[in-house]
Amino acid sequence: MLQVRSVSRSFGEIRAVDDVSFDVKSGRMTGFVGANGSGKTTTMRVILGVLAADSGTVSWKDRPVTQSVRQRFGYMPEERGLYPKMKVAEQVIYLARLHGLDRATAHRQTHELLEQLDVAERADDPVEQLSLGNQQRVQIAAALVHDPEVLILDEPFSGLDPLAIEIVLNVLRDRASRGAPVLFSSHQLEVVERLCDDLVIISNGAVAASGSRDQLRTRFGPPRYELVVGDDAGWVRDIPGVRLVELDGARAVFDLDDGTEAAGVVSGAPGPEQAVLQSAVERGTVRSFSPVVPSLAEIFKELV
Amino acid sequence: MSLTKTTSTAEAEAASTGFWSATRLVAEREINAQVRTKGFWITFAVFIVGIFGSAIVPGLFGGGATTVATVGPEAEQIVAVGDFEIIQAADQAEAEELLRAEEVDAAVVPDQSGTSPVGVRVIGLSDTPDDVMSALSVSPAVDILEPADVSDELQFLMAFLFALVFFMFSVGFGMAIAQSVVTEKQTRIVEILVATVPVRALLTGKIIGFSLLVFAQVAVLGLMTPVALRLGGQDELLTDLGPVLGWFVPYFILGFVLLASMWAVAGSIVSRQEDLGSSTSLVMALVMLPYFGVIFGRENELVMNILSYVPFSAPVAMPVRMFGGDAQTWEPLVSMAILAGTLVVAVLVASRLYSGSLLQTGSRVKLGKAWSRAD
Repeated sequence: MLQVRSVSRSFGEIRAVDDVSFDVKSGRMTGFVGANGSGKTTTMRVILGVLAADSGTVSWKDRPVTQSVRQRFGYMPEERGLYPKMKVAEQVIYLARLHGLDRATAHRQTHELLEQLDVAERADDPVEQLSLGNQQRVQIAAALVHDPEVLILDEPFSGLDPLAIEIVLNVLRDRASRGAPVLFSSHQLEVVERLCDDLVIISNGAVAASGSRDQLRTRFGPPRYELVVGDDAGWVRDIPGVRLVELDGARAVFDLDDGTEAAGVVSGAPGPEQAVLQSAVERGTVRSFSPVVPSLAEIFKELV
Repeated sequence: MSLTKTTSTAEAEAASTGFWSATRLVAEREINAQVRTKGFWITFAVFIVGIFGSAIVPGLFGGGATTVATVGPEAEQIVAVGDFEIIQAADQAEAEELLRAEEVDAAVVPDQSGTSPVGVRVIGLSDTPDDVMSALSVSPAVDILEPADVSDELQFLMAFLFALVFFMFSVGFGMAIAQSVVTEKQTRIVEILVATVPVRALLTGKIIGFSLLVFAQVAVLGLMTPVALRLGGQDELLTDLGPVLGWFVPYFILGFVLLASMWAVAGSIVSRQEDLGSSTSLVMALVMLPYFGVIFGRENELVMNILSYVPFSAPVAMPVRMFGGDAQTWEPLVSMAILAGTLVVAVLVASRLYSGSLLQTGSRVKLGKAWSRAD
C-alpha cells in the first residue's frame, strides 16, 4: 500500500497542496479527480520526488519512499515528454535501463509492451514522426516497461481515441490485477467512474472525499428515486417527506426530505419512498421504481 | 505466493540503478545521439582537412623558387648571385609583359636613367620584391643576444591554432550541451528522468558524455598533427611542437570540462531553445576571452602572464608561452592546479544550480533562485 500522509506544498504564497492524506491500495485502481489547479499534479510530483514536500511523508510498504524505492515506480507526467529524435524502441529501452533493467530484459519487455499497445510497427521510427495518439502510447510504454511496483499516471487518457483508451485500460487493469497499486488522475469522469475501484477527490489542495467508489456513491448521493407509472405522476409532490426533483408526465424523480431516511437504513421503519410506491400501486400501473445512484459527476459537483 | 513476492522484491532491489550506472547510461545516450548527427562528422572532417591542409599546402606553394626576368647579360650576371630561376627577356617591354602575366615575380633590367648605383633597375608588379632586393643588397652582420626558440610568425601561428581549436570545440560542443539540456526541459522528459535517476547523475552523465566525445576528437587530431607535419616536411617544427602539444591536451581537457559545466547551467535556466541565446552569452564571453585575449595580447608579456593563470584562458595562453620558451618549468604546474581547483568549485556550483533550475519552467530562472531552490 502506498500511503500519502499530511503532505503539504506551497509555491510562494499559494498553498497548492494542504495536508493531503490518502492510500493507494495494492491491486486496486484509484482514481484521482479534482478541478484544474486543485493540486493533483503537485501531489503526484511529490509522490515521485520530482517536487519536495514542505511537510508530510510518502511511504511504500511502510517504508519511506527514497530515490532507490522510487526507481521501481512507473510515472507518466501530465506534460508528456520523450526525446523527439530518438527512435521509439530505443527510447523505451533507455528509460527501462535507467530504471535498472539489464539490456536483454529491457529489450524484451519493450517489444512486448509496444506489441500490447499496438505500436510495434513504429518501433524504429523517431518519436517526432508519430501521431500524438501514438506518442501517447509510447509514453505509456515508457511508464510501464520496467514492471513498476507502483503506477502513478497523470491524465493517462487525455489525447487518446476511444479505441486507444480501451487498449490502455486493459493494460492498466492487467497491471492492477497483478498486484500493483495504480493511481491515475483524469478529468474524464465517466472514464474514471468505469475504471476505478477507489476514488480520491481533491478540491483546492485538500482531500474532499476518499474511499471506494460504491461507498462514496451511497455516502454522497442524497436518497433519490425514480418512479414511472401508467399515467400522470404529478401526485407524488403531495406525499409527505418527499421532495419532487423532476416531473415529466408519467415519470417522477424525487428525493427524500432532509432528516428522513429510506426504509430500513436505521430504524427499519418504512420510509416515505415506501409510501410513494404504495400509493402508486393503488393508483394503477407501476412501470418502474428504482433508487437513483448518483454519477461521479454529480458527486463531484456537490463536493467541489 | 508470499515466496514469489519476496523473490521479485529482492530482484528489483538488486537491479536498482546506482549513481554511476545511471551516469554511464546518460553519457552513452548523449554520445550515441551526437555521433548520429551529420554535423558532428562534418566538423570533425573540417578539422582533419584543416590540419593536413595547413601542414602540407605551404610547402607546395612556398617551395617554388622566385622567378626573375632579366634583360641583358649584366642583369643576368647580377641576378645569378641569388637563388633565382631566370627567364631571359629581349627588352624591358617583354620583361614587363612577363611580369604582368605573373609568369615571373620580378624583372631586372639595365638602368637607362643612370640613377641606380648598381646599373640595373628592379621592377615589381604591385609591391617591392623583397627577396630579390635583399639578395641584391649589401647588409651588415647581425648578432642576436637572446634568440627566441621559434620565429615570431610561427609563434603567432601556434597561438592562433591553439586558440582556434579550443574555441571551436568549446563553442560547438558547449552549445550542443546547452541544447541537449533545453531539449529535455522543453519536451518535459526531464520530469521522467528526475523521477528515475538522481539529478546529479544527469548532469555528470552529460558532461562526461560530451567530454569523451571531444577528447576522442582532440586525441585523434593530436595524433594526426605529427603525421601531417612530417608529410609536409616540417620535421623541425614537430620537434618544437611535440612537448607543448603534450601540455595542451591536459589543459584542454580541464578547460573544456570547466566550460561544459557552465554550458549545462546556461541550458537549464531557460525552457525553450529560442531563449538559449540570452542565457549562453556569459559563457560565450568566457570562451571568447582566451581566443581574443591570446591573439591580441600575444605581444604583451604582462597580459600573457596574467592570461596564462586565469582558468578560462590558461588552456591556450600557457601552452603558447611555453612554445615561445617564456615560461618557467613550475609555471604550467601552478596554473594547472589553479585550473583544476576552479573546475572542482565550478562543477559543485553548477550541479546545485542545475538541480535548482531544471524543473522550473516558464521564464528564465534567476541564478539566485536556482541556488536557493536546490533541494
